[in-house]
Amino acid sequence: MSSSIATPISSQANALHRKHAAAQVARSARRTSSSGIWVGVFAITMSFAAFTSALVVREGTTDWSHLVLPPILYVNTAFILASSATLEIARRFLRVSIEPRKAGAWVGLTLLLGVAFCFGQYRGWLDLRAQGIYLATNPNSSFFYVLTFMHALHVLAGLVALAYLAYRLSGSKKNFRWGIFANAAIYWHFMAVLWVYLLLLCRAEL
Amino acid sequence: MGKALAVVLVLIAVLSAYPIVMHMFVLPEDISTHGHAIDEQIHDTMLEAGLSFVAAQIVLAIFVWGFTNRKAGSPLKNFPGGAKVAVIAAFVLVGTEVLALGVMGQKAWAQVYFTPPRPDAIQIQAQAEQFAFYFRYAGPDGKFGTIHPDKIDEGNQNYFGLDPANEVEARDDIVSGELVVPVNREVQLLMHAKDVGHSFYVRELRIQQDFVPGLDLSVHFTATKIGKYEIVCTQLCGLGHYNMKAYLSVMSQEDYEKWLKEQAAQ
Amino acid sequence: MQEGSVQEAHVHAPPEGFIRKYVFSLDHKVIGKQYYALALVAVFTGMILSWLMRLHMVWPNSKIPLLEMFSKNGAPGGVMTPEYYLSLLTMHGTLMVFFVLTNAPFAAFGNYFLPIQIGAEDMAFPRFNMMSFWTTFAAWVVLMLAFFIPDGPPIAGWTEYTPLSAVGKDAGPGMAWGASLWGISIAIFCVASLLGALNFIATTLDLRAKGMTLMRMPLCTWAWFVTSCIALLAFAVLFPACILLILDRHAGTSFFIPSGLVISDRLQPHAGGSPLLWQHLFWFFGHPEVYIAILPSMGIVSHILVNSMRKPLLSAKVVIYSMMSIGFLSYMVWGHHMFVSGMNPMSSLAFSFPTLTITIPATVLTLIWLGSLYGANIQTNSASLFALGFISMFVAGGVSGFFLAQPSIDIYLHATYFVVGHFHLVMGVASLFGVFAGTYFWFPKMTGRMMSETLGKLHFWITFVGAYCIFMPFHYLGLIGNVRRYQSFVDDFMAPYIGWHKFVTFAALITGAGQFLFLFNLIYSRFKGKPAPENPWNATSLEWSIPSPPPWNNFGGKHPIVYHDPYQYGVNGSKGDFVMQDSPEQVVPASGD
Repeated sequence: MSSSIATPISSQANALHRKHAAAQVARSARRTSSSGIWVGVFAITMSFAAFTSALVVREGTTDWSHLVLPPILYVNTAFILASSATLEIARRFLRVSIEPRKAGAWVGLTLLLGVAFCFGQYRGWLDLRAQGIYLATNPNSSFFYVLTFMHALHVLAGLVALAYLAYRLSGSKKNFRWGIFANAAIYWHFMAVLWVYLLLLCRAEL
Repeated sequence: MGKALAVVLVLIAVLSAYPIVMHMFVLPEDISTHGHAIDEQIHDTMLEAGLSFVAAQIVLAIFVWGFTNRKAGSPLKNFPGGAKVAVIAAFVLVGTEVLALGVMGQKAWAQVYFTPPRPDAIQIQAQAEQFAFYFRYAGPDGKFGTIHPDKIDEGNQNYFGLDPANEVEARDDIVSGELVVPVNREVQLLMHAKDVGHSFYVRELRIQQDFVPGLDLSVHFTATKIGKYEIVCTQLCGLGHYNMKAYLSVMSQEDYEKWLKEQAAQ
Repeated sequence: MQEGSVQEAHVHAPPEGFIRKYVFSLDHKVIGKQYYALALVAVFTGMILSWLMRLHMVWPNSKIPLLEMFSKNGAPGGVMTPEYYLSLLTMHGTLMVFFVLTNAPFAAFGNYFLPIQIGAEDMAFPRFNMMSFWTTFAAWVVLMLAFFIPDGPPIAGWTEYTPLSAVGKDAGPGMAWGASLWGISIAIFCVASLLGALNFIATTLDLRAKGMTLMRMPLCTWAWFVTSCIALLAFAVLFPACILLILDRHAGTSFFIPSGLVISDRLQPHAGGSPLLWQHLFWFFGHPEVYIAILPSMGIVSHILVNSMRKPLLSAKVVIYSMMSIGFLSYMVWGHHMFVSGMNPMSSLAFSFPTLTITIPATVLTLIWLGSLYGANIQTNSASLFALGFISMFVAGGVSGFFLAQPSIDIYLHATYFVVGHFHLVMGVASLFGVFAGTYFWFPKMTGRMMSETLGKLHFWITFVGAYCIFMPFHYLGLIGNVRRYQSFVDDFMAPYIGWHKFVTFAALITGAGQFLFLFNLIYSRFKGKPAPENPWNATSLEWSIPSPPPWNNFGGKHPIVYHDPYQYGVNGSKGDFVMQDSPEQVVPASGD
């Protein structure tokens, strides 16, 4: 099953090639299963549900000071939401018109935005540290660091997946499997949704 | 082999039931006001559970006896009614059990946990620590001094970290290694954990309640018989857990008041 | 859902080289055997720990030979210290629950047989599968390290309640690095289990052969599938709990530690935490975990019974729905471990009702098993004996649950030997009976050789009678208030009952010795056993349609097609009184039906 897109000699050959590539992607899509990634998403959701319940149901008589979230978190939110958008644009270059190289570029942009997100989160922690708020300072800060760190850890895994996806789309490999894109996209969008949830949770509870 | 298994199953059922039926293991005497309800629950449940256990083992034995290693070509049958009977029987048997035991059991639980202590209940504070129980009485002023964890000094027997020098309420507090209560008077035990989780268990009182660090818990009870009973810790608390105990001393009202006076004098 | 999607090209090339074949193998069969081997090591370790515990309990001042060599701190002069008893207790529980009961019936047999039974070449994610075993192995190594550090293993029990487990070394011996190793080990184990569960679920949903509808899957496959769904959610909650515990221990946080605690004369520098939070998180995992331990054995036993009875169960569908209900309900009952914990007494009542209700599917299962035996023609062999023994043990262990499910009775029986008897009968015996039955049943398929039936039957009798002798008395002792987790019994009221404990210790030693017969049988038969045919039990499921042992790709590159459910027994088949799942022949009912 060849997926190399050779330089077309004539427009007719061009159209035939695109049709061939589209059929190949379609075949690959039919074979794709996302069961695994959805199961993984489910498990991660459950973990954060456990963290949430630890946060919401906490008992204790200490008077906790309210934690003001570092403003850069909102910038980071924009980054990660934008990265979801860029990933969807990449999808169009695989579904509508088959242009793996363009798709790969947009995936690369997604990756960059994801990296920006992670750096931004790190900055957020540094901001808190500058105010003297560390992991063990008070229960609020503990939860903040744990939630954002665990999320960032999962985002890092997503970055690895995106990097691999970009590599597969760069054309140096013969076979493109739709499943890699579909599953990586599910996971990456989930990271964005999870972040928005955690941000709102921290705002409400900390 | 099948017949042997059937015989062994019946033997196991009978031998397991024997110690119960012959009352070889009796519940310790009940010296509480709510214990009767609990004991009744236990007896009713024992009847249900015991009968279920014996019946199941015997049915298994009968079927194993009759339906193992039969001649080749013996006709196979299905239990009349099939799966439907099993499902209905399960719902009916367990349904009635759940209703009966669950609903009836509520009463005993409510007696312990949903009735508030009487206003004239004697308040005694119990502190659990690695590896002893200490009890504090409020003294003539009826008020407990504050606990200052930083002032705890085991060497000088200041187990509760009291500060009598600066606090009036703490001056007349009585601390004892024994839980002394008058008979037929309600006692409210205010439970405080000094270090880790412990639990307060007096078999005869049919009381068991964990001490949770950071939580103010209490149980109340009325002891109905004079005597000395063991309090043991039932929540794994460290290496001395097995030896962590104290005595509950139930006295007559006069003896109790005498004891209080003696303690106050010290 | 009809048949699975067209099988993805998950083919990996045939393995070459020793490392690829036997160590870092992608083959689910090798991985299954690796899990089994790990469970075997863990169970014998756990058993020896229990011997040490039982010996010490009845003769606390006795010198146990070799023990001092193993731990100078724990047994100076060969006499076990009280803290070392608790260390052994903690390791016994941790090893048995995690590394035996989650590994053997679920990971070991499930990995080996699930893909074959659904007609697949391998699991959906072979690399994840390999990772999940070696991660489990890493977790085991980390846990075992606790034996070899000077301070020894933790002493807080396999439940590691906070704040005892959270404050660090002030709490007592073994609570410095011992407890940390425990937390790290279990966190690693969670990740491994999540990977494994993910694989099971994806494989079952996606890789079923043509004609293998969900309802045509064997009952053990269903059990593994339901178990992996439970495991996915349960371990996903235990993992955060372990993270928070490790942070409390090492990063100064106070998730589980309130203020004002004075431990070892030191005021602990923590504030704002809740000890009950740990219990909620732990038992939210812990209760489903015990169903993770028993469900696969229920499936294995059902699978074997159908074969030995030579007739189907009264209704496989009802069994499947019962297993699913148990899985669902298992998430609603965790509070029954916390009736007297200080949680809201209303919650206790709320938890007791689903706890009593879960008896319904359990009873349905038992009645179906019993009812199916009626009119059957059970062929007794080692496997079917253990399957029948399972029913007896499951009932024995289950009925004591009636008591513990009621909060009012639990006031009296909580933390006594009654509880210990209950969970050992269901987990330590019934679940293990499923593993034994599975071993005798599937050993021919896995190795191409038969196990010795004589040794197998001897093993059954010793274990069956022995287990009752050990664990039935625990219920009686619980009734008189014998408290658990005590290294010896110094209370006045216990004096008349030490004789019973001695009886139990003897029974434990003898029953344990009988397990070495099993080990010998395993090892001897592996090399010297009679060669096994492809289908020694005349069974119907797909694993019996391939050679013993199976080739690396299970079906030799072919894609099996399934025509029947696996319950075609008592019919006129071309090969006998059964029709295999992949046989296109029509089923002719036996005359007289």
